[in-house]
Amino acid sequence: MNRYPLWKYLIIGLALIVSTIYTLPNFFGESPAVQISSSRQSIPVDTALMGRVETALAAKNLTPDGLFLDGNSLKVRFRDPDTQIKARDAIQAELGDSYIIALNLLSSSPGWLTRLGAHPMFLGLDLRGGVHFLLEVDMKAAIDKTVERYSGDIRRELKAQKIRYGAIKRSGNALVVQLRDAQTLKAAADALARTLPSLTMSEDADAFTLTLALKPEEITRIQGDAVKQNISTLHNRVNELGVAEPVIQQAGPNRIVVQLPGVQDTAKAKDILGRTATLQVRLVEDDPALMADAQAGVVPAGYELLDELTSRGPSKILVKRDVELTGDNINDAQAGFDENGAPAVHINLDSTGASIFRQVTAENIGRRMAMILVEKGKAEVVTAPVIRSEIGGGRVQISGSMNPAEANDVALLLRAGSLAAPMTIIEERTVGPSLGKENIEKGFNSTLWGFAAIVVFMVIYYRVFGVISALSLGVNLLVLVAMLSMLQATLTLPGIAAIALTLGMAIDANVLINERVREELRNGVPPQSAIQAGYQHAWATIVDSNITTLIAGLALLIFGSGPVRGFAVVHCLGILSSMFSAVLVSRGFVNLWYGRRRRLASLSIGQVWKPNQ
Amino acid sequence: MEFFRIKRDIPFMSYGKLTTAISLLTFVLAVFFLVTRGLNFSVEFTGGTVMEVQYAQAANLPKIREQVGTLRLGEATVQSLGTSRDVLIRLPNKPGVTSAQLSNQVMGALKADGGQLELRKVEFVGPSVGAELVEHGLTAITIVCLGIMLYLALRFEWRFAVAAIIANMHDVVIILGCFALFQWEFSLTVLAGVLAVLGYSVNESVVVFDRIRENFRKPAMRNKSVAEVIDNAITSTMSRTIITHGSTEAMVLSMLVFGGPALHGFAIALTIGIVFGIYSSVLVASPIALALGIKREHMIKPPKSKQEAVV
Repeated sequence: MNRYPLWKYLIIGLALIVSTIYTLPNFFGESPAVQISSSRQSIPVDTALMGRVETALAAKNLTPDGLFLDGNSLKVRFRDPDTQIKARDAIQAELGDSYIIALNLLSSSPGWLTRLGAHPMFLGLDLRGGVHFLLEVDMKAAIDKTVERYSGDIRRELKAQKIRYGAIKRSGNALVVQLRDAQTLKAAADALARTLPSLTMSEDADAFTLTLALKPEEITRIQGDAVKQNISTLHNRVNELGVAEPVIQQAGPNRIVVQLPGVQDTAKAKDILGRTATLQVRLVEDDPALMADAQAGVVPAGYELLDELTSRGPSKILVKRDVELTGDNINDAQAGFDENGAPAVHINLDSTGASIFRQVTAENIGRRMAMILVEKGKAEVVTAPVIRSEIGGGRVQISGSMNPAEANDVALLLRAGSLAAPMTIIEERTVGPSLGKENIEKGFNSTLWGFAAIVVFMVIYYRVFGVISALSLGVNLLVLVAMLSMLQATLTLPGIAAIALTLGMAIDANVLINERVREELRNGVPPQSAIQAGYQHAWATIVDSNITTLIAGLALLIFGSGPVRGFAVVHCLGILSSMFSAVLVSRGFVNLWYGRRRRLASLSIGQVWKPNQ
Repeated sequence: MEFFRIKRDIPFMSYGKLTTAISLLTFVLAVFFLVTRGLNFSVEFTGGTVMEVQYAQAANLPKIREQVGTLRLGEATVQSLGTSRDVLIRLPNKPGVTSAQLSNQVMGALKADGGQLELRKVEFVGPSVGAELVEHGLTAITIVCLGIMLYLALRFEWRFAVAAIIANMHDVVIILGCFALFQWEFSLTVLAGVLAVLGYSVNESVVVFDRIRENFRKPAMRNKSVAEVIDNAITSTMSRTIITHGSTEAMVLSMLVFGGPALHGFAIALTIGIVFGIYSSVLVASPIALALGIKREHMIKPPKSKQEAVV
């Protein structure tokens, strides 16, 4: 009666094999590596780059342990941190600033495991050290900016249509335009309804005012865009820090989490994250004589020699020092296509920007104009298109000799020149690498010694059944670690605490079962039936108690943040794994051990005391 | 080996008055401390900056206090953290000064006279985050309570659900009371511990309730009173209760000993929770269920009268 059908053993066996495979990578440790990636789509990381890196390393007599392309990055593995640092410098010298070159630690588990998708558990910042920031985007500022832009648009449109108007006042998220009489009111309403369909309009015929308000969906879109734009800007800046695996995510409607593993210098990180890049529009000097002078090292007064980054590599370009326009006047930049279907970048300027741009373009037809991103005192030409005609209206299109990837890069860099809305750091956490290591050690030791204490007690108290309980607890741990590795859920110190606690609680199921079997024996039930009845009776209780615990775990997962969530993820997974191992697996062991014996006289479950003896 | 050799059922229910009195007293005391002393919230809730530094030699706390004091950063606290070399410095939020500047200033002051120290951890929390955390924590507790009550009401009976939740909240309030009394730091990790206790402690009640239901169904128990049935259920699950909690406690103690300061509060919250969890599920939940008038008929559905086949 205590026999499992073959398929149940097969399920258990399969679960054990899969769990073992996915747990294995955690034992191999990590080896130092250099990670090379690109922040621009137009500068690809490919086999050609791999060749360059290899030659550069060979020239310095550095032999990498492994070299492989992984998605958008090239990872080069080394034997020790010393070689890693030297290699980083060598690669940096070879590739220059166009690539992000970061130090990283790679799992040194064998290739066949990695190919199976088995990776070590993903450690949180409190375990591996690094910086965590929580930034809040100032939504009011994002809305203000949009409202101001509309105000400029209205002014421009009314002027263009030669409609006389009084003041444009702001009230909340709406603009109130004062007009002279019913006739101008009508004309203004018609004109604005045509050019600004995204605003809701209402007329007051008595006071001759026109109220234009942002639609609620427009407000949500602005806020969403503000966060998205800030995230992409942050990406750009973090890239510069050379962090191997940065995490930049939206957290809630107006917050952004930035996690930089391995970064210790918070002041520098904050400086870079909070920096405002500025975009400048300046004129290019293409006079060959002046250019030749500049190349020779004699830059004419009032000019500057800058780098232009193109897909063909960096080239020099001579620009005037006078700034015509800055990023403050740019509302938006998007990659798209021109009327001929060629990739293009569309730029949207505000009213001041539009009028300056019209003037500049009118005076300089045929010359080139450079868009320059100035960050941390370093200027770099993003693009330098030729001015073909006078451009008015504030809508600029740059096209020609661009592929879609380049158009994307340019749009991104132009947007980076102006953050959509200011951000403030509302939470910051730094954990040193030594503290991280200590935390792992402490968490591991707590689990180990607690586990050992439970195993020793169970074996002494319940004998063979105790051994079986201990084995299934071991399986529980194995399955839990495998699940965490598979899901790549972030493991934090509270997460390790949850592993320990889950194990401590999981033994409950085995104790319930063992006590039940003893009780059946006490009542004079024969051994085989006692096993059957013990498991059967305990099952209902185990399900009830685990479900109530799971309810608590899920609530923690949904409402918790930070450490609470790290705890909850592991806790919930642990409850599931313990249901599996404490009931199915332990019964499997019991069946294997006792199930085939016909005449079973007694069970090794410790002393069964009877009151009437 | 068998720890529990109990010949007769222990009449737990007849101690009802005494245990209720004890529970009420501890509960009232806990609430009293919570109100008068309040919880010592960590920086995660209150906002501010916390720095952890490690000295090469034993740290001289009064000197560090003096060094930090010269910076005039407001009410700073300096305390040792576990070992004599580790020091925890807490600073209040100051408008206009970022925490990076703050920590640099402090490190500068501490290193001014050639002190050998390493910055191990900086944590800065803005003032707006704390209120949100408290709100989320309270929501989580409410949802957990409602979820558990709903499940128990469906699976058992509403009287059991109410009894279990009262017993549970009693545990939670006592943990909070202890944290208030001793002014231990109440951090997010401790909150996780408290919520885990909510789930864990209800386990205990479920096991006892399960036995009560089973006993009601047994023919041998038909002539026994409800109190006797409950006594029997508690007595027969006694051994399991002690062993299970002992095992969990072994794990928690291991965390308390080896886990270091980061897990200290968590382990303490669980220790208190486990001890009171045993007590409350046995001596609080069951008497309440009894007082609410639990009866055999509540648990066993009356057998359906078979309909005569219609020809």
